Amino acid sequence: MVSRQERQTVMQQRREAMAVLAAAPGQDLLGLWNAAALPDEAALLRGPETGLVTLRGRMGGGGAAFNFGEATVTRATVKLPSGVVGHAYALGREKEKVRVAAVIDALRQQPEFETAIEEKILAPLRRRQAETDETRRTETAATRVDFFTMVRGED
Amino acid sequence: MYVAVKGGEAAIRNAHTLLADRRRGARDVPALTLEQIAEQLALAVDRVMAEGSLYDTGLAALAVKQARGDMIEAIFLLRAYRTTLPRFGYTRTIDTAAMLVERRISATYKDLPGGQLLGPTFDYTHRLLDPELAEDQEPAAPEARAADHEAMPRVSEILAQEGLIEEDGSLPEEREPGDITREPPEFPMQRDLRLQALSRGDEGFLLALGYSTQRGFGRNHPFAGEIRIGEVEVEIDVPELGFPVPLGRIRVTECQMVNQFKGSMKVPPQFTRGYGLVFGQSERKAMAMALCDRALRAGELGEDITAPAQDEEFVISHSDNVQATGFVEHLKLPHYVDFQAELGLVRQMRREYEERRAGAATERREAAE
Repeated sequence: MVSRQERQTVMQQRREAMAVLAAAPGQDLLGLWNAAALPDEAALLRGPETGLVTLRGRMGGGGAAFNFGEATVTRATVKLPSGVVGHAYALGREKEKVRVAAVIDALRQQPEFETAIEEKILAPLRRRQAETDETRRTETAATRVDFFTMVRGED
Repeated sequence: MYVAVKGGEAAIRNAHTLLADRRRGARDVPALTLEQIAEQLALAVDRVMAEGSLYDTGLAALAVKQARGDMIEAIFLLRAYRTTLPRFGYTRTIDTAAMLVERRISATYKDLPGGQLLGPTFDYTHRLLDPELAEDQEPAAPEARAADHEAMPRVSEILAQEGLIEEDGSLPEEREPGDITREPPEFPMQRDLRLQALSRGDEGFLLALGYSTQRGFGRNHPFAGEIRIGEVEVEIDVPELGFPVPLGRIRVTECQMVNQFKGSMKVPPQFTRGYGLVFGQSERKAMAMALCDRALRAGELGEDITAPAQDEEFVISHSDNVQATGFVEHLKLPHYVDFQAELGLVRQMRREYEERRAGAATERREAAE
């Protein structure tokens, strides 16, 4: 019997992996996927297909919700020969990226592939994203205004 | 009787071939790639996404290229494209406090947690044309400075601690946010629908209206409380998974306008607020949106409605440049039959007018004799 807490952790890890895959540039993800040489035998249950989501913001940043525009999103659902189902969603229209992300989502639910996927795909993607973000942060930080007070007169 | 007239197929076909040729321009000049447009005309792409109301840099770049740089035409193309796609649903609300900030300034607080970050701004440039850009010069690499990962609360949260500023806008708890793309607009309109219309509204129109409030037509004493630009995470709830699914990140510009308010019968003196939220790096648009949002809250705050920017129906009905251009530009289409009818009518009125004049002249002559 799996405890509620364990289920929660599994869910959180899956979600985190999906976030990494969704945010990854298609080229990076496909490059790592091809290099990892994992079985690509999943059958497509849905998609990959592109559609729209309506984005929501909040009045004043934290108030009542409102719709402020739409974005393209691509999604795919696959099923491994073992019966495990994988899902993927990502902004944009990169169908092959999303199909592969769904296969990865399915494979990482199987203990025999979990480590390989973590080491060969997710960890490098996470590292690259962290680097890109850090570069952006440091470049922005260089434009931070340092105020200094000018004191005039002697008293 | 109605007589349909056909013709012009060959002319239209040839005009479109000519358009394609002129769009390409001189063949000894290399063709633009979509990557070049998305990277080097990024703010044009942002504007097309914002007013086309579709976040997709590749499609917006294609629209800019296809429209030969005509922004409203590009916006039109993107709007038309979005109608061809199925809808997957509504995202969870974005959290702008958790933004990966690329620019963040406040005109009301000098020292605020997270600091003033200028980012890639045109501000403080001298607006002198730079001949060096005419050449393909490699720009200097950006400076870097250790980032302290300090949290950057929205300025409105800082002001709220004193209780002198109104809270983030609220609507009844049970209200599902309205969607102007699904239901026709009705006036009076709730603020959520207005904000949606303003977010996709024409930048020039909203800028002019915002400016009009500053010049005294519905003055509301604004301060740029905060402007922030950066990337936010997007998530969506889907039935097949028991958790919000991350979709990736989008870049947005948020503007918190803070407005002095002397109070009314309904509301005590305090700072009120206007809000702007726009796709991409679109600072002018976000500011104009916030000014218009505040002006349109006149009724809610018990202010007199005296100026165009405060007139909800006027502002919202005319803010959409795709609708506006459609109606203005349709005047170019053949109106031959309408015009013939009008011509007949004017001829008849003119005849009657001449007859009346002649009759009056005869009467005057007879009276004088």
